[in-house]
Amino acid sequence: MKLRHILAGAAAAAMLAPSAQAERGSDGQVNILYWQAISIMNPFLSSGTKDIEAASLVIEPLARFNETGDLVPFIAESIPTLENGGISKDLMSITWKVKPGILWADGTPVTAADAVFTWQYCTHPEGGCAQSPYFGDVTSVEAVDPSTVKVTFGVPKPYPYTAFVGAQSPVIQAAQFANCLGTAAPSCTEANTKPIGTGPFVVTDFKANDVVLLEANPNYRDPEKPAFASLVLKGGGDAASAAQAVLSTGEYDYAWNAQVEPEILEQMATGGKGEVISAFGTLVERIHVNQTDPDPSLGDMRSTDAHTHPFLTDVNVVKALSLAIDRPILVETGYGASGQATCNLVPAPEVSASPNNDWCLTQDLDEANRLLDEAGWVMGSDGVREKDGRRLSILYQTSVNSVRQGAQALIKQWWNEIGVEVELRSIDAAVFFGGDPGSPDTLQKFFADVEMYANNFEGSDAEKYLGDWVCEEFPSPADGWQGGNTSRYCDPAYETLHARMAETSGIEERGAIAIELNDMIVNSAAIIPLIHRGRVSTKSTTLGGVLLNSWDSELWNVADWYRID
Amino acid sequence: MFAFTLRRLLYAVPTLLVISFIIFALLDLSPGDPTANLPLTIPADVREQIRISLGLGEPFVIRYLLWLQQFFINEPLNILERMTGWTIGDSENRMRVISWQTRSPVVDLIAERMPQTLWVVGMSYVVGILIAIPVGVICAYKQYSLFDQFGTLFAMIGFSVPTFFTGLVLIVIFSVNLGWLPSIYDTNLRVTSFETFWLQVKQMIMPVMVLALANAAQIASFMRASMLDNLSQDYVRTARAKGMKERTVLLVHVLRNSLIPVVTVIALGIPSIFSGAIITEQIFRVNGLGQLLITGIQGADLPLVQTLTFIFAFLIVAFNLIADLVYGILDPRIRYE
Repeated sequence: MKLRHILAGAAAAAMLAPSAQAERGSDGQVNILYWQAISIMNPFLSSGTKDIEAASLVIEPLARFNETGDLVPFIAESIPTLENGGISKDLMSITWKVKPGILWADGTPVTAADAVFTWQYCTHPEGGCAQSPYFGDVTSVEAVDPSTVKVTFGVPKPYPYTAFVGAQSPVIQAAQFANCLGTAAPSCTEANTKPIGTGPFVVTDFKANDVVLLEANPNYRDPEKPAFASLVLKGGGDAASAAQAVLSTGEYDYAWNAQVEPEILEQMATGGKGEVISAFGTLVERIHVNQTDPDPSLGDMRSTDAHTHPFLTDVNVVKALSLAIDRPILVETGYGASGQATCNLVPAPEVSASPNNDWCLTQDLDEANRLLDEAGWVMGSDGVREKDGRRLSILYQTSVNSVRQGAQALIKQWWNEIGVEVELRSIDAAVFFGGDPGSPDTLQKFFADVEMYANNFEGSDAEKYLGDWVCEEFPSPADGWQGGNTSRYCDPAYETLHARMAETSGIEERGAIAIELNDMIVNSAAIIPLIHRGRVSTKSTTLGGVLLNSWDSELWNVADWYRID
Repeated sequence: MFAFTLRRLLYAVPTLLVISFIIFALLDLSPGDPTANLPLTIPADVREQIRISLGLGEPFVIRYLLWLQQFFINEPLNILERMTGWTIGDSENRMRVISWQTRSPVVDLIAERMPQTLWVVGMSYVVGILIAIPVGVICAYKQYSLFDQFGTLFAMIGFSVPTFFTGLVLIVIFSVNLGWLPSIYDTNLRVTSFETFWLQVKQMIMPVMVLALANAAQIASFMRASMLDNLSQDYVRTARAKGMKERTVLLVHVLRNSLIPVVTVIALGIPSIFSGAIITEQIFRVNGLGQLLITGIQGADLPLVQTLTFIFAFLIVAFNLIADLVYGILDPRIRYE
């Protein structure tokens, strides 16, 4: 009896020992691999998501989202709410308090003036700041006292957690960036590549598009963290070899974004050196259905609201197309554990996720055929349906990406079975997503019948995202094909409901409206949601403390990482 | 000879100007966009502002002339200043060619990357030559023997098998299965002791061998063909009749004459060292000039791609001239007017 107690006690003590002994720098070096190399450490001037994530190692926002989508304070002392008085009753301002005693990496104290400067930096008209939407509707940011920041909006904001919240809106040091306002912003190479921040690491060496060397921040607010003394952030190559470096050869501890077929990842993971981790956010792979006519013979009027689509505005046709798709097979072949079939545009957080749309989760070819028969499409002798002399023929485009091409092939096969003729196109990702008004192949121009890609929203509130679907947001030649309403969906009832969301506060009430708006969209002819995609990354089995976060930067809690012995 | 050189140099100037214009026009007209890799959540008006801040608001001709001025006047002045320590004109505010992705000067990026590329790709070129010349000589001397058959087979394989295939095969064998060699190149490794030297050798072996194989195949074929040409000449028969040792005949007389075209081929291949072996650099993450070019193209980073491609074009024109001159110097039968 006694021996058992002693042994149990020893085992417990042994388990506690590593965490008790973990102090700053005790675990040596950690190696991270981003297969898109880091170009700059300033998220305001970044050219891609990778730069934003790398910068999150060094500079931090007032608050950020944790792995479940809840707000946690970083530079701020606590999250302001209506209850604690942090948000004013008229919803026009929010007041943040800076943590007492928090220091920049060079030892100077963090003050509210730094937040004010950050706002000026990013809203400067000539700065070309990539994150200026985070300061949308902000009329002023003032330092009420050295540790209190007050953000004032021009309109009542039921959801005010935009400015200074999340990896894309960090606070930069006013002293370091003082000479970098406006057109001078890009030329401050020293500040852009070695920013002084409050994060757990500081940059010691920066080789653009290659590797970033960092070491533990001596002025980090928790004296026991980070457990690692140095960090190497290497870039380049492709996703498959990055996953291989973690799972098979064990050369690296963490690799971002393993966009590889699941069976390849599984095979690599059999070595036992690493594991595949995934987390779900709001990313949904979907097929947009063009509600306008992309016929090339219309010339300048292609895909504009001058002509509606000849057959894809019929909700029964689109429903049939959706029912013909076997989503679980798409998940199995393309995404594995990092995908879930979905029929929603807004899949998360739970309060905004609609439970009403499970009809598309199981493939039902008979029902699909029946819907098309009922809509008047008669099966022709060559297996393609016809109506009023028009063949049911669809041009289906997406970006170049092996998983997407696989999905296209499968979907084409299923649509052929219900009598739809399908032509496939794939366009280089830099062109498809580039938004260049001179190119006919951008997703905004949508010179096709259906197109497939994935989109998400930042943070956990869907208002801005759902605001893309109003009639005003049609991309059109008049405004250089800008606008988020890719499908060209227009419904006055939707607009009224969305306007109501802008005036509603309370997480549950907003969630309920989000669910209603979501249901309106997914049950219309404008969209076929396919897969709720999670982030998938790979980590070494010797790396502990990793909580994969799809609401913010993946490296959000690198201060808590440690080596498992 | 001198007149020939001068004439070629004078021709080179308009050639390079035309090349630079064509590259700039091609890149500008191509559909990529520098804001393409930004998250989709960033709205279009912000993207437009970013494009304007990058300088894309100006018309094509203005941008081309600006680039010409930055590249041909400002950058050489900067380099001159750095080398001599003088200050020429208003050096602080002089506009430099800035990369859109990194917002830092392109020339600095190139200078940072040069060592990796020169080490790995340069070394592979040297190793390739060292392998190719003996193989070519022996294959030619013992024509139709077993060694020759294997030699030509190896040359054909080296030519046809793409570097991404050999690279991946080597990684699978040596990194994944055997675990002997690292599959990712550490750019920060400083050679200070025998251990770090050995680490540097280990990380260089695979990329160097992949490239050396491809290079050696080409040069070995040339060497063999040139040797065969010379071995059937009359002076070889005379040398043997004079009683010279076979070794002297082969290595002193025939080899020297055969090397002339081979040296030309080698000189023509040197610009390819600088363009880096784009695919091999990507696979092994050597992150040299080739990888820089690829990331620039994928990110639609016009100034970077423009400057890099123009530098490669310049090197090709220069080494073409050098190859011609070397050929003229080595072979007394050739005289240019």
